[in-house]
Amino acid sequence: MLIPTSILNSLTLVASTEMIGEDPASKFIRLLTVFLLAMWVGFEVITKVPQRLHTPLTSGSNAISGITVVGALVVAGGLTTGFGTLFGLLAVLLAMINVAGGFVVTHRMLEMFNPKKK
Amino acid sequence: MSSQAWINLAYLTASMLFIVAFKQMSGPRTAVRGNFLGAVGMAIAILAACFEQPVAASIGRHGIWPLLLLALFAAAGGGIGATMALRWPMTGMPQMVALLNGFGGAASMLVAAAELTSTRAVARFQEGPAQVLARASLEPWTQFAIAIGLACLIGSVTLTGSLVAFGKLQELPQFKKPWANPNRHWINLGLAIAVLLLLWGVFSTSQLLFFLMLVAVAATLGATLTLPIGGADMPVVICLLNSYSGLAAAAAGFVIDNSVLVIAGSLVGASGLILTAIMCRAMNRSLTGVLFGGLGATATVASDDVYAGKIKAAETEELAMVLEQASRIVIVPGYGLAVAQAQHAVRELADVLEARGATVEYAIHPVAGRMPGHMNVLLAEADIPYEKLREMDDINPSFPETDVAIVIGANDVVNPSARTDPNSPIAGMPILDVDKAQTVIVVKRSLSPGFAGIPNPLFAADNTLMFFGDGKKALIDLTAAIARD
Repeated sequence: MLIPTSILNSLTLVASTEMIGEDPASKFIRLLTVFLLAMWVGFEVITKVPQRLHTPLTSGSNAISGITVVGALVVAGGLTTGFGTLFGLLAVLLAMINVAGGFVVTHRMLEMFNPKKK
Repeated sequence: MSSQAWINLAYLTASMLFIVAFKQMSGPRTAVRGNFLGAVGMAIAILAACFEQPVAASIGRHGIWPLLLLALFAAAGGGIGATMALRWPMTGMPQMVALLNGFGGAASMLVAAAELTSTRAVARFQEGPAQVLARASLEPWTQFAIAIGLACLIGSVTLTGSLVAFGKLQELPQFKKPWANPNRHWINLGLAIAVLLLLWGVFSTSQLLFFLMLVAVAATLGATLTLPIGGADMPVVICLLNSYSGLAAAAAGFVIDNSVLVIAGSLVGASGLILTAIMCRAMNRSLTGVLFGGLGATATVASDDVYAGKIKAAETEELAMVLEQASRIVIVPGYGLAVAQAQHAVRELADVLEARGATVEYAIHPVAGRMPGHMNVLLAEADIPYEKLREMDDINPSFPETDVAIVIGANDVVNPSARTDPNSPIAGMPILDVDKAQTVIVVKRSLSPGFAGIPNPLFAADNTLMFFGDGKKALIDLTAAIARD
């Protein structure tokens, strides 16, 4: 077994108070389900992208990986601890560079593939 | 419906838009809309995040200030990103993607760090080592710590790996030579073991100290893994880091229990993995070979032996005559073409030749340029219709019937030693068979080696004419000479 028993045991322990209604193991498995299904969809969809569009695909997917900005906003916006807020705000800044840079540069590239009719 | 349900619905909408965005990347026309839909999805997710319970609670306590603070940082980041994207030259696209990957990875690592120092974790930091040791079993908190550890690990490796890749692609002098420490495998192994131990430390104790050490060791590992990789293998590294930045976001999604992060992250992870596999196949290299083999920068054959006395340099007039008699011409563009900003000059040459009745096509090697599909973007920038850009497997059988192949700024991807010399560092790499054309014209500044650092026997072949000079000026002169006749 790859996962040590101690971890498996701990996964099945009682939920902490903030996770009422769902024990940690179920939560983990729920997210794992989403992860694996989305991976599968990703493989199916992306194998159909032609070679000539691979650079915009890379920069576009790069922009989407900036989704971590959502996590950054939630942890920074709580203003709970000094360090937490600082890390969170820094994460918002970096993730937004990633998001804006990625989408804008992808648009710029794709426009070149579709020259305006003169 | 509770407000959380509305937020989750918004995340679901964003996730669906991301999938549609990827789907529409299948054609150049739909891709513009796809990219736009992706951006809309991102905007929806960002707005929804501002209504999440922790943010709403802090707005309740402090008024509008937390929101303004977030908006300030988000606007600053967005402004920097958009400015970069508008000014960055197309030739430097791989560097930009590398840099953005690094930022994304760092952001995911910081999200994990912020969550670890937040209130629900704070109590755990006040425990001393003795109490941690006294506590025999792990607690339900563990899988949260697993996610934090993984987000931190992948995020840190992505950050430093991307920065090193950026340095190499930008050809900064510090990164010119691949790191060739003979003990590097042992160093990497040691760091990997340290990572595992520290991950275990974070899992079992959730101590901030272990977390910080994990960041430091993982960041070092990211650098030591990327430093030995040669320039020719950079397209693979870019794809892999792209995949990592997605996986880091997915791990951050596990940390804060957020499905849109998990979905978007895994889509990007899948995309990066597919491109990595395609690039490896195009270079006939295994992923482990790229990551751990370390393509040596040392030449196995001295270039003097290959070139001595066999190079035929030609002048403009002679080449113009050769081209005027050709009816089928294939242009093989390489990265050097882009460096010389010669895309437009190539197009003008092709226009003149086509006006004389010749057919002109472009042969695009999968690793032409420095990231997947890079050359297509550079030629599209010069308004060359993409129907004329032919992929390697498609055009290779036609080289024996080709009158003239013009190689501009490409080197390793037309090096026949990949086919003939089993000891060559690029042995087995699929190449464009330009040496089978009637005549080969190679436009190049000098005989200096390409990214793989090896000499190219094509330059010394009987049917090859070398045209030394700046690619752009050479093409303009050639076009003028043909147009005169």
